[in-house]
Amino acid sequence: MSTVQRDMSLTGQPPKSLNGLQKVATVLGLSGLMIILLAGFNLNFPNKGLWLTISLVALTAGIILFAKATYANTQEGIKNDGVWFKSISSRGFWAWIAGLSLTGFYIILYFFPQFLGLRSEGANTGIIALFDPLSRLLSGNQASQWFVYGTLYTVAIFAFGVKFIWKYRHNRYEKLRTISVMFFQTAFAFLIPEFMARLNSESFNLPYYDLKNIWPLNYYNFEQYRVDSFISSGDVGLALLIFGVISIFVITPILTYKYGKRWYCSWVCGCGGLAETAGDSFRHLSDKSEFAWKVERWVIHSVLVFVIVMTTAVISTYLGYDSEKYWLTKDVFLIGVAVFLALLFGVIWFFKKEELKQDARYGAIGYLVIVLSFIVIHYASGSKLFFFEAETLRKSYGFLIGAVFSGVIGTGFYPIFGSRVWCRFGCPMAAILGLQQRLFSKFRITTNGGQCISCGNCSTYCEMGIDVRAYAQKGENIVRASCVGCGICSAVCPRGVLKLENGPLENRIQGNEILLGNDVDLMKYVNNN
Amino acid sequence: MEHIVIIGNGISGVTVARHIRKRSNKRITIISAETDYFFSRTALMYIYMGHMKYEHTKPYEDSFWKKNRIDLKKGFVSEVKPKDKKIIFNDGEEMAFDKLIIAVGSKSNKFGWPGQDLEGVRGLYAFQDLEYLEQFAPNKTVCKKAVIVGGGLIGIELAEMLSTRKIPVTFLVRESSFWNGVLPKGESEMLNRHIKSHHIDLRLSSNLKEIVSDENGKAKAVIVEETGEEIPCDFVGLTAGVTPNIDFLKSSEIELGRGVKVNRYLETNFDDIYAIGDCAEQYQPIGNRRAIEAVWYTGRMMGETVAQTICGTKTEYKPGHWFNSAKFFDIEYQTYGWVNSERNKKENEIHFHWKHKDDTKCITVATDRDSGAFLGINTFGIRMKHEIFDRWLTEEKSTDYVMQHLSKANFDPEFYATFENEILSAYTNQFQTISS
Ligand SMILES: Cc1cc2nc3c(=O)[nH]c(=O)nc-3n(C[C@H](O)[C@H](O)[C@H](O)COP(=O)(O)OP(=O)(O)OC[C@H]3O[C@@H](n4cnc5c(N)ncnc54)[C@H](O)[C@@H]3O)c2cc1C
Ligand code: SF4
Ligand code: SF4
Repeated sequence: MSTVQRDMSLTGQPPKSLNGLQKVATVLGLSGLMIILLAGFNLNFPNKGLWLTISLVALTAGIILFAKATYANTQEGIKNDGVWFKSISSRGFWAWIAGLSLTGFYIILYFFPQFLGLRSEGANTGIIALFDPLSRLLSGNQASQWFVYGTLYTVAIFAFGVKFIWKYRHNRYEKLRTISVMFFQTAFAFLIPEFMARLNSESFNLPYYDLKNIWPLNYYNFEQYRVDSFISSGDVGLALLIFGVISIFVITPILTYKYGKRWYCSWVCGCGGLAETAGDSFRHLSDKSEFAWKVERWVIHSVLVFVIVMTTAVISTYLGYDSEKYWLTKDVFLIGVAVFLALLFGVIWFFKKEELKQDARYGAIGYLVIVLSFIVIHYASGSKLFFFEAETLRKSYGFLIGAVFSGVIGTGFYPIFGSRVWCRFGCPMAAILGLQQRLFSKFRITTNGGQCISCGNCSTYCEMGIDVRAYAQKGENIVRASCVGCGICSAVCPRGVLKLENGPLENRIQGNEILLGNDVDLMKYVNNN
Repeated sequence: MEHIVIIGNGISGVTVARHIRKRSNKRITIISAETDYFFSRTALMYIYMGHMKYEHTKPYEDSFWKKNRIDLKKGFVSEVKPKDKKIIFNDGEEMAFDKLIIAVGSKSNKFGWPGQDLEGVRGLYAFQDLEYLEQFAPNKTVCKKAVIVGGGLIGIELAEMLSTRKIPVTFLVRESSFWNGVLPKGESEMLNRHIKSHHIDLRLSSNLKEIVSDENGKAKAVIVEETGEEIPCDFVGLTAGVTPNIDFLKSSEIELGRGVKVNRYLETNFDDIYAIGDCAEQYQPIGNRRAIEAVWYTGRMMGETVAQTICGTKTEYKPGHWFNSAKFFDIEYQTYGWVNSERNKKENEIHFHWKHKDDTKCITVATDRDSGAFLGINTFGIRMKHEIFDRWLTEEKSTDYVMQHLSKANFDPEFYATFENEILSAYTNQFQTISS
């Protein structure tokens, strides 16, 4: 027996080395990166526009060429050979190198942008200066660290998107949703806000606004400086402000009802877009344990509560400062929020209590009490919210959640924890969409009778760490708050067991003790028992 | 407390344990000599191919068993004493039982070929077989060539496995076309082409004559019966089917055939001893099914059934309509009802066959010529819904009806191209019997 255990982890030795074209592609991609790095070490490129173009083209071409070298000569089908043998995709040496580099990049980006060449006065230097020509071309302004980041982000989604499409070229669902995220990233996150900046003048001053980036993911959307700029920009500004409110309170619920949270998480969102494209090689690293699921539920909902409290505090503070300027008064706002949340809670409790697990009920009550007491205390005590100033809350949220969680941990650790750590544990938008998906949506993943052979491919490749197999082998539909509808479980299933669907609400969640295929009397007897 | 002892921690043994636990407080022990925890045998290939690790193939977390008070015991049972109600392990330890469930699964067939026990020759069934493969065929340097003997579902999986490590594979298949004892011609021939397109050296109508040894007792070549050709190789995979793994029961007085003989209640000739899964052999086959059904879901269903009996509701094993699925390299296959190969089909079974021009999708529908009733469907490269076909078979729909409503049964992912119209018009052209 001991011999068995010892050898339990087979150390596969598949052909791991890169083929010729893959090597060329790697060199090409790295040379593009090299140019950016050299700029980082203050090599002053003479013709920045040219060098930036070379660099970005080399990066993109390198990635796409690599994809070609990997998939072009293969037949259509699932391409997971050797995933757990390759160092980069199995938490090996290269995975740690990549993880540490990415993390380092995020730390510099968020906390030490001066190393990227950001200067508080005068012209940029270093990497940011390298990106100046592109920024001037688009918005007319010089670049910032966020412009550098946005450009690289877009390049990543585009180039790795092409790779993803190549890999899943037999699967129309995967192709379409990837084209969709590539489009939303390029147009909405990258180009449109830059063009919008061109319109700005003394009297017209729109804030940088990625229209698809919805509060609470876009936690700063309703901060004073932004609301002020929206209001100051006349009808267009007001329309955008209203759009921001409608996005979360009207558009989101309707689309989520019809299609599940996937309409956002896997078709539109930039965080999801990066995870699905650049992060695809790491999706199987997510933790599938029940313990992780428990942690996930507590952490993500706590972040949601945090963002609600923080936003409420921030808004009420500026409403309070300047009651002349805003028609909404602080009192009305606070009472409104409290009533809205209480009502929402009441409706869920009344209609859906049966569907909530024990800990979810405690959690929901606990969270409601916390939020309401924050609001009451705040109402009573002026600008102090509980013990904290609204500004302190805002800053800590921005630091802890906005920077460390979503960036440094969420993306930096792709190669270690998997690609959707942020989406699963941290994103408050995902929390809202997830609540709705679980309780009030037509979306579900249906299972195909008795066909499941419990192989585990679906669970392994679920980036959200959902144990899909646990449902499939019971013939139970998968209706989980966290499912982003990426469709990969269905794609990798070798027996055609899973299908993402929008269907009627009745019988959306049903479990069977005995699966289809057995004696009908036995099925009736046991399943109804 | 009544002690239920289950030999075998595969799908059938584990299912019976889970269902007994749901309905009772009996003491349950599962014994296995293979792995500490239940894992999915069907996923063995994915471990070798690097899609998953062993941990991922375990359907339940390790804590599950304790939580559900199911005792796991590692050990090989070498004898069963039905009259004394005890089993004996190969280290001499004994264990008493009140009820015994034999769920010991299968082992790979060996048909007495010369050289079949040489080093470097092995079947693919147990986890240990995978370790063996990892030792003798870890890469194309250690294993310059592999030969697979036996063209069935496990053989083609092994071919795919080895090819992911770029090991050249020669695939000896006895039949004149791949799996044509089961599949109709059109499908079988499409698979021949698909197998070859994956650079497998497919040899049809080729039997193994002998495996040749080198000076150290390791296989170095195989000789083909028909041609006498000697094919040098470093690994030989024996995948010519499986047999119940019941040698240890020979002295037990439990009635054996090829498997453990059971009646419809899955009872053996001894009270309180049952057999389920791959190792059970029905005295009388059920419907068109075989007396021994070595597939995943039948093991599960037998487990579900016996658990009811043991918990006081005596239940007959009555499987519903036949269904199954497999994957041949990139082509998924599902079947519902019965579609027989040319070799096995009765006169009244007529076939409609449609194949997509890309040569990776096709379906075959079997009809009763006399009544027009739908008998079954094979589908390749198109996913279909179990529930719908199960209902149509129960309602004894006609093939005309099935063909007209085929889109209802489609289970492909959203946005996939659909072929129902093309299929229907091909069908109408061929039969021109569409009424209604
Ligand atoms: C590579 C491969 C791929 C497959 N793919 C599919 C598929 O896609 N679809 C499908 O339907 N079926 C498939 N099968 C068949 C399917 O896996 C089996 O039908 C099923 O696993 C049988 O389950 P079981 O519980 O009867 O026995 P097993 O899973 O074989 O479990 C029996 C256990 O009992 C243990 N045991 C045996 N004798 C003793 C003893 N004397 N003492 C102690 N322990 C003992 C064995 O070690 C084993 O662990 C596949 C099989 C293989 C090998
Ligand atoms: S359950 Fe399936 S569709 Fe949902 S997130 Fe996981 S892999 Fe994607
Ligand atoms: S649903 Fe498919 S992938 Fe998941 S365990 Fe079942 S057969 Fe395997």
